[in-house]
Amino acid sequence: MAAKETTNIKMSSKSGNHKIAMAIVYILLILIAALMLLPFLWMLSASLKMNKDVFSFPIQWIPENPRWQNYIDIWVKIPLLSFVKNTAKLTIIVTCLQLLTSSFAAYAFAKMEFKGKKALFLGYIATIAVPWQAYMVPQFMIMRSWGLNNTHLAIICLQAFSAFGVFLMKQFYEGVPTELCEAARIDGLSEYGIYLRIMLPLSKPALSTLAIFTFVNTWNDFLGPLIYLTKNELKTIQIGLRMFISQYSAEYGLIMAASVVALIPVLIIFLSLQKYFVQGVASAGLKG
Amino acid sequence: MAKDTMQVTSKKKGLSKAARNNLVAYSFIAPNFIGFCVFTLVPMVFAIGLAFCNWDGVHPIEFIGLENFANLLSDPVFKIAFVNTIVYALGTVPFTLICSLGLAILLNQNVKCRNFFRTVSFFPYVASLVAVAAVWNMIFSPSMGPVNMILSSLGVTNLPRWAAGKETAMITVIMFSIWKNMGYYMVIYLAGLQGVNPELDEAAGLDGAGKWQIFWNVTLPQLRPTTFFVVIMLTISSFKVYDQMYMITQGGPGNATMTLVYYIYNVAFVNTPKYGYASAISMILFLLVLIVTLIQFKGSKGEN
Repeated sequence: MAAKETTNIKMSSKSGNHKIAMAIVYILLILIAALMLLPFLWMLSASLKMNKDVFSFPIQWIPENPRWQNYIDIWVKIPLLSFVKNTAKLTIIVTCLQLLTSSFAAYAFAKMEFKGKKALFLGYIATIAVPWQAYMVPQFMIMRSWGLNNTHLAIICLQAFSAFGVFLMKQFYEGVPTELCEAARIDGLSEYGIYLRIMLPLSKPALSTLAIFTFVNTWNDFLGPLIYLTKNELKTIQIGLRMFISQYSAEYGLIMAASVVALIPVLIIFLSLQKYFVQGVASAGLKG
Repeated sequence: MAKDTMQVTSKKKGLSKAARNNLVAYSFIAPNFIGFCVFTLVPMVFAIGLAFCNWDGVHPIEFIGLENFANLLSDPVFKIAFVNTIVYALGTVPFTLICSLGLAILLNQNVKCRNFFRTVSFFPYVASLVAVAAVWNMIFSPSMGPVNMILSSLGVTNLPRWAAGKETAMITVIMFSIWKNMGYYMVIYLAGLQGVNPELDEAAGLDGAGKWQIFWNVTLPQLRPTTFFVVIMLTISSFKVYDQMYMITQGGPGNATMTLVYYIYNVAFVNTPKYGYASAISMILFLLVLIVTLIQFKGSKGEN
């Protein structure tokens, strides 16, 4: 009896401890979430304010008279539409090319035996560790000597063939049972057929992960367009936004409105593909 | 059918099965590899050569041996940039690691709205740097930003000048980087935690080990491959840092947040271009990354 009672007491104190622990977990999580989100909420709120109200204190999170005019003015003050169009074009082309060429090459690395496989793959891996900035100067000179300076093609060439994409896709393909490919080969399917009909449909998580990474990187890329695109009509949204910030440094409301516009596409892509994301990162990062 | 015709054609060309197989494999790799070679591999090799030359992009290239590297030794800005890069790496790598691991462990509990918290912490990572940096500059504005307003309403008199102060500029950028990147490494840790064997934790719990002991002695060792990966990625990316400085501090005040890549950009693309000199700095950056990565590789092997 007594023994049972003490275990009961122990149990209840344990579950009490557990409750306190969970409460701490939630408090920490909410704090972190607030820390992560507040700058964005502040941005959103400031984008709807007059300049003089942006820094009023205490912070007025919901502006009394939201100034929607800010969202109209930004399209007039700078060629924002042209920036958005350029960036969208570049991002879509780069993401498609990247998905296509990376998954294509990764299939050979993961599922085929051929001469020079190890050496070639090592070549890819070795370059992942080399910072782009270490060779951006000669790269710029090669592009310039081909007349690619100040063209969108330069950015496409720069971004579309990454070692990272091949690596990520290969890691994922290796998780697909080889027997599937063998069976298909016996059935007379060519390697291209296996890639197209078996591997591609199976690799949605990896493709989504690579799509998020490539989309986000290209959309947000700053240094590449900064070096290569000096003509206004070619510039991307990041460069445009930066230009706007330095030209109208006191137009706080407008800067925040333009920033919100620059964030939205990434937010949409991220939210629509994010369910594949942890799975994709898991298969990419950890078996390597 | 298709196979038959292929066999026929290959007999015609006299190709063995292995050779044909090689060709098919190369055809898979070619589209990516050609682009990769032309735009990554060739420039990389070119960069090594250029480090020993003098070139402004107009006059012919002139070979000058080790002169660029000799000049680096007496270049005060290079020294500052080098030290700043190391300081930045030391400031960001451990703190980002701890924050992302902590967050991943919190999210690995059986909590409600897990997806929401995960998405929220990941969002700064995917958000445009230009936009996010603009908000930070406003929030941390020394004269009117809400952070300093709150501090002053709490009675702090000696308000920090954040990005505008020589002593605080680097810390401001480091804080910004941790905030922006921890979500990404959190996802990697979450993936790693999925591979942790819960039975081991339970067994240790039954043996009377406390939560902290279990974490330190059972969970953490199982996460070693993940930690290794995270440390390497963090280190490489912290050596490459440039944009944060460009947006928040412009390398200043003075040269307080000038980093190696920032300096490379300045030397190569601002005023008279000195491509050879910029490449020499790039080589130093590359060696730095290489050495640190090798040390970490050795370290992780030694521990196992």
